[in-house]
Amino acid sequence: MTMDRAETSARIAALIEPFNKKGIEVADATRFTDDLEFDSLTVMDFVAAIEDEFDIIISMNQQAEIENYGQLVDAVVKLQG
Amino acid sequence: MTDMLSENETQGHADLFSKFDPLIEMRRDLLSTGVTDPFGLVMEKVISPTVALCNGRETILLGTYNYMGMTFDPDVIAAGKQALDDFGAGTTGSRVLNGTYAGHKAVEEALCDFYDMKHAMVFSTGYQANLGIISTIAGKGDYIVLDIDSHASIWDGCKMGDAEVVPFKHNDIEAMEKRLRRIPEGAGKLVVLEGVYSMLGDIAPLKEMIAVAKKYGAMVLVDEAHSMGFIGPNGRGVAEDQGCLEDVDFVIGTFSKSVGTVGGFCVSNHPKFEIMRLVCRPYVFTASLPPSVVATATTSIRKLMTAAEKRAHLWESSRTLHKGLTDAGFQLGTDEPQSAIIAVIMPDLERGAMMWEALLHEGLYVNLARPPATPANMTLLRCSLCAEHSAEQVQQIIGMFTRAGKTAGIL
Repeated sequence: MTMDRAETSARIAALIEPFNKKGIEVADATRFTDDLEFDSLTVMDFVAAIEDEFDIIISMNQQAEIENYGQLVDAVVKLQG
Repeated sequence: MTDMLSENETQGHADLFSKFDPLIEMRRDLLSTGVTDPFGLVMEKVISPTVALCNGRETILLGTYNYMGMTFDPDVIAAGKQALDDFGAGTTGSRVLNGTYAGHKAVEEALCDFYDMKHAMVFSTGYQANLGIISTIAGKGDYIVLDIDSHASIWDGCKMGDAEVVPFKHNDIEAMEKRLRRIPEGAGKLVVLEGVYSMLGDIAPLKEMIAVAKKYGAMVLVDEAHSMGFIGPNGRGVAEDQGCLEDVDFVIGTFSKSVGTVGGFCVSNHPKFEIMRLVCRPYVFTASLPPSVVATATTSIRKLMTAAEKRAHLWESSRTLHKGLTDAGFQLGTDEPQSAIIAVIMPDLERGAMMWEALLHEGLYVNLARPPATPANMTLLRCSLCAEHSAEQVQQIIGMFTRAGKTAGIL
């Protein structure tokens, strides 16, 4: 079943919350490293949470292409496709 | 031509080194506290596998990977000298052209005997063995599933190849299984594990993990760099110890630890393994090991096959040191001694460096490990024991740690 972008975005937004220590407002252009200040350990835990939620794999190769929130949502939508 | 050149203005160049500024600054801050540079130690003289002269002072070595103390074994040294005389200082050639001497075949035979496997391929370093095998066997469209705490050479092997790279949480069987289950049907799968993880000295639950990997049709590569010669009834490593070596498709190892020289290898029973010699670039496009190195390695490997007493003594030392440091009040990387590595967890880099220096003043060398090499951003003082450490030296080491711990304000 293909999920629409808004629903996927909402589920990802909920998953970001525990990792968003400074409570920064998240929009499509929000960058994980520069804005949310995710270090490599946080990235690993966050990616694992998304993979489990959507039952997908986001390989390191795919992660390298994802810099901001909007790109992540697009990638997850596509991976569920 | 001259006119065109003169018209070109010189552009201000971006310094390619500016990306290293944060590290340069961190190093400057650390050294400005007056602490000795922990990454600049020079051994002026090596007296034995366990003692060297550092800054003019006799120092007990507790930070080498000379687990089985083979570096000064008289038979090993004699074999190296003989090979230098007979075959010269180096091969100046690739293994597939003019760089395979009788000694290179002999060391591969010794490895086949040591592991009781059909094929062995020797690389110039352990790093190149991981780099070469991983990048070559996992190609485009294949998946590599690996532990997040894998060694840099494994990560670099992944980066050099074209496979999809999927890490999972350290030693987490369930996390590994979930990822294997999600891989598209029909894709090639390689699971990469280590026997001993060198930062904390903990071992992997290989038996369970390999069973899961096989259930999903994955091939399995295990890096046994830190277990060879010591762990397992025949010193073949953690997979042998847990009774699952026959389910491992590729064992990666090194000569620069228990074997006591330098070089790397892969052993395998795969029926097509020999083709690796033609397709694996880090094997082909580099010079082979010098004759003296392969001769020392051959002698050392054959002696390690029957080193049961040394193994027993090293286990005894590991248990004694682990208990001694725990009783003294240090926090260690593992609750039980699992290997010849005992990692002492430091509160932060600054106090870790202070403690490291206090130990050096006591006459003890250990490895200071810091992020990003360490898991969970830890600063560690990593102790690696040698079978040649005497029971007295181990007691001495515990005393040194206790005194240095008080000096550095850790205890």
